[in-house]
Amino acid sequence: MPAVSKGDGMRGLAVFISDIRNCKSKEAEIKRINKELANIRSKFKGDKALDGYSKKKYVCKLLFIFLLGHDIDFGHMEAVNLLSSNKYTEKQIGYLFISVLVNSNSELIRLINNAIKNDLSSRNPTFMCLALHCIANVGSREMAEAFAGEIPRILVAGDTMDSVKQSAALCLLRLYKTSPDLVLMGEWTSRVVHLLNDQHMGVVTAAISLITCLSQKNPDEFKTCVSLAVSRLSRIVSSASTDLQDYTYYFVPAPWLSCKLLRLLQCYPPPEDGAVKGRLVECLETILNKAQEPPKSKKVQHSNAKNAILFEAISLIIHYDSEPNLLVRACNQLGQFLQHRETNLRYLALESMCTLASSEFSHEAVKTHIETVINALKTERDVSVRQRAADLLYAMCDRSNAKQIVAEMLSYLETADYSIREEMVLKVAILAEKYAVDYSWYVDTILNLIRIAGDYVSEEVWYRVIQIVINRDDVQGYAAKTVFEALQAPACHENMVKVGGYILGEFGNLIAGDPRSSPLVQFNLLHSKFHLCSVPTRALLLSAYIKFINLFPETKSTIQEVLRSDSQIRNSDVELQQRAVEYLKLSSIASTDVLATVLEEMPPFPERESSILAKLKKKKGPGAVSVNELEEGKREGGELNGGGERGGDNSAIATSNASTPSPSADLLGLRAGPPVTAAAPSAGSLLVDVFSEAGVNDDGFLSSAPPSVVSEDPAPPLPESNELLNKFVCKNNGVLFENQLLQIGIKSEYRQNLGRMYLFYGNKTSVQFVTFSTTVTCPGELQSQLNVQSKPVEPLIEGGAQVQQVINIECLTDFSDAPLLNIKFRYGGALQNLTLKLPVTINKFFQPTEMASHDFFQRWKQLSLPQQEAQKIFKANHAMDTEVLKAKLLGLGMALLENVDPNPENFVCAGVIQTKAQQVGSLLRLEPKRASSDVPINRAQQ
Amino acid sequence: MQFMLLFSRQGKLRLQKWYVPLCDKEKKKITRELVQTVLARKPKMCSFLEWRDLKIVYKRYASLYFCCAIEDQDNELITLEIIHRYVELLDKYFGSVCELDIIFNFEKAYFILDEFLLGGEAQETSKKNVLKAIEQADLLQENLDFQICLLPAPT
Repeated sequence: MPAVSKGDGMRGLAVFISDIRNCKSKEAEIKRINKELANIRSKFKGDKALDGYSKKKYVCKLLFIFLLGHDIDFGHMEAVNLLSSNKYTEKQIGYLFISVLVNSNSELIRLINNAIKNDLSSRNPTFMCLALHCIANVGSREMAEAFAGEIPRILVAGDTMDSVKQSAALCLLRLYKTSPDLVLMGEWTSRVVHLLNDQHMGVVTAAISLITCLSQKNPDEFKTCVSLAVSRLSRIVSSASTDLQDYTYYFVPAPWLSCKLLRLLQCYPPPEDGAVKGRLVECLETILNKAQEPPKSKKVQHSNAKNAILFEAISLIIHYDSEPNLLVRACNQLGQFLQHRETNLRYLALESMCTLASSEFSHEAVKTHIETVINALKTERDVSVRQRAADLLYAMCDRSNAKQIVAEMLSYLETADYSIREEMVLKVAILAEKYAVDYSWYVDTILNLIRIAGDYVSEEVWYRVIQIVINRDDVQGYAAKTVFEALQAPACHENMVKVGGYILGEFGNLIAGDPRSSPLVQFNLLHSKFHLCSVPTRALLLSAYIKFINLFPETKSTIQEVLRSDSQIRNSDVELQQRAVEYLKLSSIASTDVLATVLEEMPPFPERESSILAKLKKKKGPGAVSVNELEEGKREGGELNGGGERGGDNSAIATSNASTPSPSADLLGLRAGPPVTAAAPSAGSLLVDVFSEAGVNDDGFLSSAPPSVVSEDPAPPLPESNELLNKFVCKNNGVLFENQLLQIGIKSEYRQNLGRMYLFYGNKTSVQFVTFSTTVTCPGELQSQLNVQSKPVEPLIEGGAQVQQVINIECLTDFSDAPLLNIKFRYGGALQNLTLKLPVTINKFFQPTEMASHDFFQRWKQLSLPQQEAQKIFKANHAMDTEVLKAKLLGLGMALLENVDPNPENFVCAGVIQTKAQQVGSLLRLEPKRASSDVPINRAQQ
Repeated sequence: MQFMLLFSRQGKLRLQKWYVPLCDKEKKKITRELVQTVLARKPKMCSFLEWRDLKIVYKRYASLYFCCAIEDQDNELITLEIIHRYVELLDKYFGSVCELDIIFNFEKAYFILDEFLLGGEAQETSKKNVLKAIEQADLLQENLDFQICLLPAPT
């Protein structure tokens, strides 16, 4: 084809482009553009009607200016005019302008849609394609509304030209992606699947993208595509390299189509039909075999196309995860690529092996490549490849190689790129914890992490090491010794000081016997770092000092001296000053006993998901850490897995009572309280709701009218707040509330008569919430029944961000109302004010009690006074499912007693409600009657 | 594919094609960020990189960088060959294509791309068929009345 300008040269446009290119400065360019814009504007506004060619030329100039990065605010109408030209090139430019400069003016959209409609019905395939391209390029909702019905008809009509079918298929795909609700499945869907059989390879190539996307959303409706795809793939794979003529690319038959076919198959499980499956396995084997054949061309395009198919086939093999033979072959093939001279192949092999590592069939095969991968981590020149190597090491890590891998990752960290250090630190921390057999190794690893990459060690990481040391008494002495040694380095990272301060404050006594680490030496070492640290670390150190006074009375005078100095007691920072004053006072007036109680060793942290893992997930998105891995982490972590965010600060001594029952509370709890009468009926209705979920309630607690509002400011509780509340009777975690702006998640835990609730306020918009504040109130008599304390929450929530609030709850005596949570904030200037009920119900304070059949019925009979018993017969809202019922009853908090009731259909439960004032034993019996589906319930209280 | 960018070694954007709806401001921000990232990479480095939650596949031809953003599930190598096929199409159409051809005939570069890729997916991978469609369009000259130029079906 000659190099001359094609079709229609536009001289004016070429001159203008040359002018712009000749501009010496940005200013000159802007000047030239402004001149041109003025010229075009005057032409468009002029009296003389412009001919089509001029209009096209000016529209094209505007387009060029826009693509240079300048704003264009006129010319749309002229472009729309071009759409109805019967000259192809004018129409074409008009469509290009419309596709690039999408405009939301509704009058324009109407005109554009009209022009498109005309072209679609023109039966001229070239015009039809232009119109379809425009729809696919713009893909707006308005276009979907106008054309989502028409395009499927064009796609499957018998007389539609192939090129139009291709455009129609991809056009429909674009509309389906933007407005899936407007593309309705129908009679056309089955005919679309059969396009996989079309003679024209181009039609198949285009249609398969559409089919893949539709299959992901509606797998059942499209499942016939599996066998069609397999036979198409098989024909391509077995064809000679010249069979497919122009669809052969550098001796590889139809690489794009092959990849798309393999991709489509990944939307489905392995084919059930044995013949189809056999044929597919044969294809996959052929693809693997071809990888071993000598290349038919030295060109990189040949090997890329061939390997593109190979990687897609490996993805499918991994997706099926059921053919050990293929998995191992895939792994060996990737192993060869690990040493390939093409960087691209090494990168992809590392990436693909990551997923192979998680399959039980190929995990061991992946592990054999450990040396190569470690070598890649050390020698690859491209950071993105090194990152893949680090990911793969993380994925292939298990107990057998954890020490080696962690050591390699640690040594890599010393020179690692800044961009990936934080993630590396998290990964090392997770592996060290997950595969720790001896905890001294774990402690060493984390301290090394802090030493090597202290700046990248996030709070989660050092909180976690402290949680683990606190929860494992066999490692505490070692931790104290190691951290003491680490602190002796002349320059040590502030995070090391934090860990050191905390651990010595708790366990310094374990190494105090050695004169080299006597109490005073420990203190002096810590204090020598004090002046170099930030305020939060200093605050932590002050808490460590007061703990020292308790651990080592001989340090008391030295430490008091420090606390008394002006730099502490008159510190300009209010937190530091307050700690200094309080600790000084505490140490001088409290008796040793009181001191010992207040400054007691931290109690073990409750078991929870590792906060580090949560952080990594957040960083890398859900794909990075598989659910399996999480569960495995939980299982293997065992008792290790404690604690959340609370680990960081010794000042938690002040609040530790809230999470662990204090001894005095226990003592009170032992006294048996008098029978409770008022609670019985309300608790009866509470039970009813356990089974109704949606909350059909007629009396008592859950249906209580919104309590009178305390002040005028907070809004009355939302009408749906009762229903929201009922959802949480049997569960502690979930989404409490959600509207378009805000989502409130809840996590709560209860022990004895104490509870802790975490509220997560998520801003669903992209705009920040300001003056965000919450108040929790206990209306009416609830005030004397529940003690609820909330910590203040950040007043600003960025768009898309989440803040957390902790609420401590103490149950003083039985109660029937729920505390109210009022939330106020400003969103885009408008005040939002809403009130919800906090899901705190009396059953949260149940402690399950096991008892034998004999005991149960004896106690049951004793409870014969009318106010000691409540019975309710109600209709089940759902089909009776034993497992569901059991789960509900367990969620209620009582112990489900097996083999107690002579009738196996019945459920009996026992529990003790723990309040500060008293303990109330409760028995429950649920007698489902299947015939009438009535469920009589007996509930007795003691 | 989510978008394709062509830019010069000097960082000048020569072609941009977006297959996902984004506002102009966001497009400019992405372009700036990616041009910088890709230009900073050394010649022998790998052609793929992770960027936000997307994968970037790029390749340099003479003074021009071709850069595609694909999703997690998409195939990197085949995307590299999409770039190559597009270059071949431009080359065949313009006759040893150079950057200037794309600057002065930018509209043609867009038309060719639309024949090859639509909505971010390969529409027609046969070089012959794509070029035939473009040539036929070129033949529909100014003064031909569209009533009489119904095209024969592509074979």
